[in-house]
Amino acid sequence: MLETAHPIHKYLRSSKKFPHIWCAGCGSGIFMNALIRAIDRSGLAKDDIVLVSGIGCSSRLPIYVDFNTVHTTHGRALTFATGIKLANPALKVITIMGDGDAVSIGGNHFIHAARRNVEIASFIINNQIYGMTGGQCSPTTPHGVKTVSSPYGNAENNFDICALAEAAGASFVGRSTVYHTPLLDRLIDKALDKKGFSMVEVISQCVTHGSRWMGLNSPVDMMKWLKEHSLTVEKAKGLGETERKDKIIIGIMADLDRPTYNEEYDRFTR
Amino acid sequence: MKKPDTAKQMTIARLLLQGNEACVKGALAAGCRFYAGYPITPASEIMEAMARDLPRAGGSFIQMEDEIASLGAVLGASLTGAKSMTATSGPGFSLMQEHIGYACMAEIPCVIVDVMRGGPSTGLPTQGAQGDVMQARWGTHGDHPIIVLAPSSVYDFYELTIQAFNLSERYRTPVIMLADEAVAHVRESIVLPEAGKVAIEDRAGPTVPPEWYIPYADPGSGIPPMPRFGDGYRYNVTGLTHDVRGYPTTRKDEVEPLISRLFSKISKDIDRLQWFDSYYTEDALVTVIAYGSVARAGLQAVKEARIKGMKAGLVKLKVLWPFMRQTIDAVMGNSSRILVPEMNMGQLSREVKRVNRGNCEVMTLNKYDGTLITPLEILRKLEEIYPC
Ligand SMILES: Cc1ncc(C[n+]2csc(CCOP(=O)(O)OP(=O)(O)O)c2C)c(N)n1
Ligand code: SF4
Repeated sequence: MLETAHPIHKYLRSSKKFPHIWCAGCGSGIFMNALIRAIDRSGLAKDDIVLVSGIGCSSRLPIYVDFNTVHTTHGRALTFATGIKLANPALKVITIMGDGDAVSIGGNHFIHAARRNVEIASFIINNQIYGMTGGQCSPTTPHGVKTVSSPYGNAENNFDICALAEAAGASFVGRSTVYHTPLLDRLIDKALDKKGFSMVEVISQCVTHGSRWMGLNSPVDMMKWLKEHSLTVEKAKGLGETERKDKIIIGIMADLDRPTYNEEYDRFTR
Repeated sequence: MKKPDTAKQMTIARLLLQGNEACVKGALAAGCRFYAGYPITPASEIMEAMARDLPRAGGSFIQMEDEIASLGAVLGASLTGAKSMTATSGPGFSLMQEHIGYACMAEIPCVIVDVMRGGPSTGLPTQGAQGDVMQARWGTHGDHPIIVLAPSSVYDFYELTIQAFNLSERYRTPVIMLADEAVAHVRESIVLPEAGKVAIEDRAGPTVPPEWYIPYADPGSGIPPMPRFGDGYRYNVTGLTHDVRGYPTTRKDEVEPLISRLFSKISKDIDRLQWFDSYYTEDALVTVIAYGSVARAGLQAVKEARIKGMKAGLVKLKVLWPFMRQTIDAVMGNSSRILVPEMNMGQLSREVKRVNRGNCEVMTLNKYDGTLITPLEILRKLEEIYPC
């Protein structure tokens, strides 16, 4: 009985969709749990929340939870989210995307959603790999590593998603890993609360495919890796390029108050 | 002084409108409240008029970063209950294809206007063509039904846009308006029907309480009721094949009924979708079957042929897909020869030939140099093929 009393159970869809598709040890579940807890804390009503995702392992998340949910096309979650927010500004719109989803195929939508400052709380589950399609390189896969689509080593440079979001004009930008759950909780709270476009990059582990380039086998080892490779924004400040290199900088990168797209559109048109 | 009711005034006045402007008036009359688009000739006037008029009508407009995003935003808006549309031309229409399939699969009403230009690729941006007939039918991958309408005059563009919304709301399906550049840019004086004279249809919402609501269950009509996001009917929308609850499935006993229903919800009403105008067809030995601006040249040609003593007729198609087989069959029962003039290398004529059971000779007249087919060209062809 104790188990069914868990606060997240009232947000899970009971009608059909379990077990979920995620591999045991995937980071997506940690994020889902954190998101639900944050929604619970926020006091938002289920009916007022729209969860929009793209295509990928992490994008399956909305299917499992009891909100208005849209599992869209690969890379395009933010386009649907924009239409939803413009047509019904009363809805709380949240998007969940993978790294390939958000900054490869959906990269253009991402920068424009940030630029417009539409009030969307967006979360990018960055496992630095294409999980669903079998472990190919994504734009966030580290330079040099071997994947099934870079068998000789990845010749490309990887994106800093937070820097991209900040430069494009997002109102709130933060990064956490799925290891640092207290920080993750705080960032999700802030993102949900933000008037304007918010983006939280959630560094996660793909135990099935990411493990190959990391040379690690267990989810526990991968989470330890996330812990050891992370550095808070505050600590990173005094450090030089080389010391920051290959580190995951976690914390809040931007937190601004700017008029939202909806506010500006109304101001100009009404 | 009381402010004059501008909406009412508008409806009884004679207006000089461009086709693209008439499309916008039709959309607003149909209740369109959201538009997302990306500039492209020869469709941009639709976007510009929407940017100006939608906020005044209580709706919202957005210029998106591309056409993929435009249709994505339209689908998102439609999920909240807003009647939504976008407009584009060839290159943008190509980009929209994935989301057209999504709209079919997730059954999201929307209207997509494609003002055809010469193709392929960037092609002839400022000149007309009818080269997207097959793309409108089959452009997105997989088996799917589609409704495609083709206006041939400014008034048609107005009226068919209203009908495009009505059909998309009624069947929960994307509806494509396939206009050609001439129809989009020609200016004609038209009288719009009085407000309230044209029936406006809205999607049916659920009548059961949320606990009983099963989003994709067939209520008998094949068209499940559609709630608005925020109204308490929380459900899942996906482009994956899904069960009646909207959850992804690969079970064959759930996949097959879904795909079949997507087709049958429209095909069951096929006789309600035979929209055409016919001229001089009763005794015609040769009938021209045409659509878009070519139908107008066709009518002129047929009139001149009659003066010359030829028994020629014209059937102007307003629905291109689903293909109006019943209408075409009736034509074929009458005439022994059929001429299908098109501004392409022969797209709809293939379909006419496909349904012909050998009782007719189907001839074509094709032009794909960016210029219009003239009445004289059709007349010459009629003289050539007229059975003596
Ligand atoms: C237009 C299109 N191209 C390709 C795919 C195939 N595809 C599905 S998921 C995916 C990548 C998933 O990677 P990511 O977005 O990082 O999410 P993850 O699975 O790692 O959570 C791709 C390429 C698709 N569904 N649609
Ligand atoms: S393949 Fe990787 S990202 Fe996908 S569910 Fe498994 S662990 Fe998670």
